Amino acid sequence: MTTHELNARNLLCPLPVIRTQNKINSLDAGDHLVVYCTDPGALHDIPAWCRVHGHTLVSTTEISDEIVIEIEVVKS
Amino acid sequence: MLATKVIQDQGIHVEGLNFYTGFCVEGHTHAIRKKDKQKEKKNSSLWVAEQLGIKLHIVDISEEYKDIVLNPKHGYGQNLNPCLDCKIDMVARAWKWCQENDFDFVITGEVIGQRPKSQRKETMPLIARESQVQDRLLRPLCAKHLPETLPEREGWVSRDALYDFHGRNRKPQIALAKSLGIDEWSQPAGGCCFLTDESYSKKLQDLWDARGERRYELDDIMLLKVGRHIRPASNYKLIVGREEGENNFMRGYRSQFTYMFATSHSGPLTLIDGTPSDEDLLTAARILARYSQGRNAEQVSIEIVRTHNQPGQVVQVVPMPIEEMPESWIIH
Ligand code: SF4
Repeated sequence: MTTHELNARNLLCPLPVIRTQNKINSLDAGDHLVVYCTDPGALHDIPAWCRVHGHTLVSTTEISDEIVIEIEVVKS
Repeated sequence: MLATKVIQDQGIHVEGLNFYTGFCVEGHTHAIRKKDKQKEKKNSSLWVAEQLGIKLHIVDISEEYKDIVLNPKHGYGQNLNPCLDCKIDMVARAWKWCQENDFDFVITGEVIGQRPKSQRKETMPLIARESQVQDRLLRPLCAKHLPETLPEREGWVSRDALYDFHGRNRKPQIALAKSLGIDEWSQPAGGCCFLTDESYSKKLQDLWDARGERRYELDDIMLLKVGRHIRPASNYKLIVGREEGENNFMRGYRSQFTYMFATSHSGPLTLIDGTPSDEDLLTAARILARYSQGRNAEQVSIEIVRTHNQPGQVVQVVPMPIEEMPESWIIH
């Protein structure tokens, strides 16, 4: 398992979701992706995208204006 | 949503494609404007996918899409919306995706007569032909008004269980949605793309006119979504934040623009786009003063910053009275 990071700060939705999706498509099952973003819309969209694609949402954290979302990649 | 459900109910596996053009209304605008912050910021296509239990792939086509906006073969709709070219392009992309991912055909939610330009009976075969999907494009909601498609002929889809909707009346679709157990749906198509917006289109046209060429970058079209755009002369325009959310968003662009703000009174952040002279910047400062809390003051101090993170120049200006500001300066 490898943990990867994605900087999606200052991008407005749906761009953080698109970047997350494209990154995850290149990862292996069991890998973790930590996404850093600033658009609060990502708090809805990235978890929704994970549910739709069956990836596991490990955690969402808000630290002042920054949102950190950790995802575990599940490949069917 | 409805078209997908109709096909899913025939036991067919469906996945969704959503194309991001850069002109999409949702997300961005709600994220920017403070007054919209209270609104739930869910992405409607993801929400629909979740309701239907399908996968949704969001594809960023903003770069390639420029050619559609700049050179639409079939022209524009009422504003700068190249709907017909846009649909052909999206269906072509969807079909390419299908071929790469082992899917057999494309479905869309189009209904004949629902949109005056792009959803006419004549445009339906044109979209199928020019996108090269040909008879693998099925419109489940109005299929009965159209020739049989390959999925129907092959018996993958039963034509009897498809529909014959037409025109702008949405009642039959709403009734079908209810009968399928769908009682909440996202905004109908239209109103989800800035290119159909008159004021937005005027700002885009103004940008091209002022530059003397038809081109744009993603940042340009993002900034057309925020602020008041005021053009006192062809060589520059002001983008004046209208509220806190917009000011915050525009702050992210300070390193790319000359900008100014009032120091003696509270007021909006203003970005200056173009190549203003020193005199133009003084005019801009007077306009900005008009939109500050000092609009009735004798003088307002404005700081003009040409290079972000470098000291600015503070000038004292008289707020520009409304009579001095021709209506034609305001682009809306
Ligand atoms: S409204 Fe916008 S996204 Fe929809 S078809 Fe027209 S140009 Fe394309």
